[in-house]
Amino acid sequence: MLCVEGLQRPGLGPISLHIDDGECLALMGPSGAGKTLLLRAIADLDPNTGRAAAAGQARADTPAPDWRRLVAYLPAEPGWWADGVAEHFADRPAALPLLAALGLDAGCLEWAVARASTGERQRLALARGLAGDPAVLLLDEPTAALDPDAAVAVEELIRQRQQAGVSVLLVTHRAEQAERLASRTLHIRAGRLVEGGGS
Amino acid sequence: MTGYIELSYLDLVLAALLLLFNAVLSLVFGLQLEKRLLIAALRMTVQLFLIGLVLKALFSVASPWLVGLTALVMALFAGREILARQQRRLAGWWGYGLGASTMLLAGTVVTVLALTTQLRPEPWYEPRYAIPLFGMILGNAMTGISLALNGLSALAARERSAIEARLLLGATRWGALQPFARQALRDGFTPMLNSMAAAGVVFLPGMMTGQILAGVEPAQAVKYQLLVMFLIAGATGLGVLLAVLGSVWRLTDHRHRLRLDRLTGDLDAA
Repeated sequence: MLCVEGLQRPGLGPISLHIDDGECLALMGPSGAGKTLLLRAIADLDPNTGRAAAAGQARADTPAPDWRRLVAYLPAEPGWWADGVAEHFADRPAALPLLAALGLDAGCLEWAVARASTGERQRLALARGLAGDPAVLLLDEPTAALDPDAAVAVEELIRQRQQAGVSVLLVTHRAEQAERLASRTLHIRAGRLVEGGGS
Repeated sequence: MTGYIELSYLDLVLAALLLLFNAVLSLVFGLQLEKRLLIAALRMTVQLFLIGLVLKALFSVASPWLVGLTALVMALFAGREILARQQRRLAGWWGYGLGASTMLLAGTVVTVLALTTQLRPEPWYEPRYAIPLFGMILGNAMTGISLALNGLSALAARERSAIEARLLLGATRWGALQPFARQALRDGFTPMLNSMAAAGVVFLPGMMTGQILAGVEPAQAVKYQLLVMFLIAGATGLGVLLAVLGSVWRLTDHRHRLRLDRLTGDLDAA
């Protein structure tokens, strides 16, 4: 469960939304409308005001590192702080099934990050973020750089997480992807949610 | 061998003629450095004569307050120098204050330690020892601190997505910046390590040479130089560490966010 109330920062909001356990909410809007700003604000990565709660825990009462483990934000362009892929995974054996589910072979842990393609990096980052079993996923165009097969694998993984009770906020440019995964679609324009799309 | 050869002003003028050679060089190759050369030489001459007068007056009074005041002024100038050597710096008073205060703290702690335990002049704040010692420590620690601060802010800005990736996986502000703070510490220590490694082989340290010219026994001059090098190493270590910790603290906030908006020249300041 993710509950956001009156979330606000320069260029965004106030925004309120609610996502149930196991629900996927799609967020669509033109470039620069504030989709990424909203995800960053929920993850508390930029200064913002307003309330948020996830899995029964209020953000204000949760230390920020714990909050971000609970509410995992996966940026469209993931960051890497070491040369090797393996250094980015705290628990490598636990990551293996995730990597396999995303169509990456087990040897990818031995790669250098620079060797991986954009799409491979996006999937590696997804596995990295999911490894900690977050209760809420904030996904910023998780399939943007992927070929169709890989995109199917990612969508399947998202669906599995939903069935396990994870709430998902999905930023996407593809209306058909929103239809496949989400029960509702919200539209954002100039930093505000606007009417349109599903219920 | 005791005593030293006194210099006359004519001697200095003759030596200064060498600058004319540089000026001709600049003109011939169109380096356009003549004016800056002239200004720098004049500035240096005036500054050094002034500090000579200040030291002469200070030595004759030997007041702890005046010694303290002189040290404070020196640290304030050092703070300005640190600021000028950084491309991206902390905005507002932090940019100046962090460099100046860590300088002052590290320089004072180490100088007072040396004065009270190793050199032990009478009184311990004797300006003839305190001021030159503080000045040498300050000058070297300054280089380390400015390199470390410059390195950290440049890294934080360039590695933003890497730092945020660490934060997003649940790292604290200290944990997320750790590899970059480590690199900045290394940047800060490098000149001190290099100068220790090269001292006596590649170059003769200025203070030691000065003492030898002034008639001091080389073995004694070497001991003094070693003392000063160790003090510089200690002050640089302390100053660089404090500056980097302070900078990490300011570049992040209590909600463990990276705050690049607190650096000057932020491209997407909110």
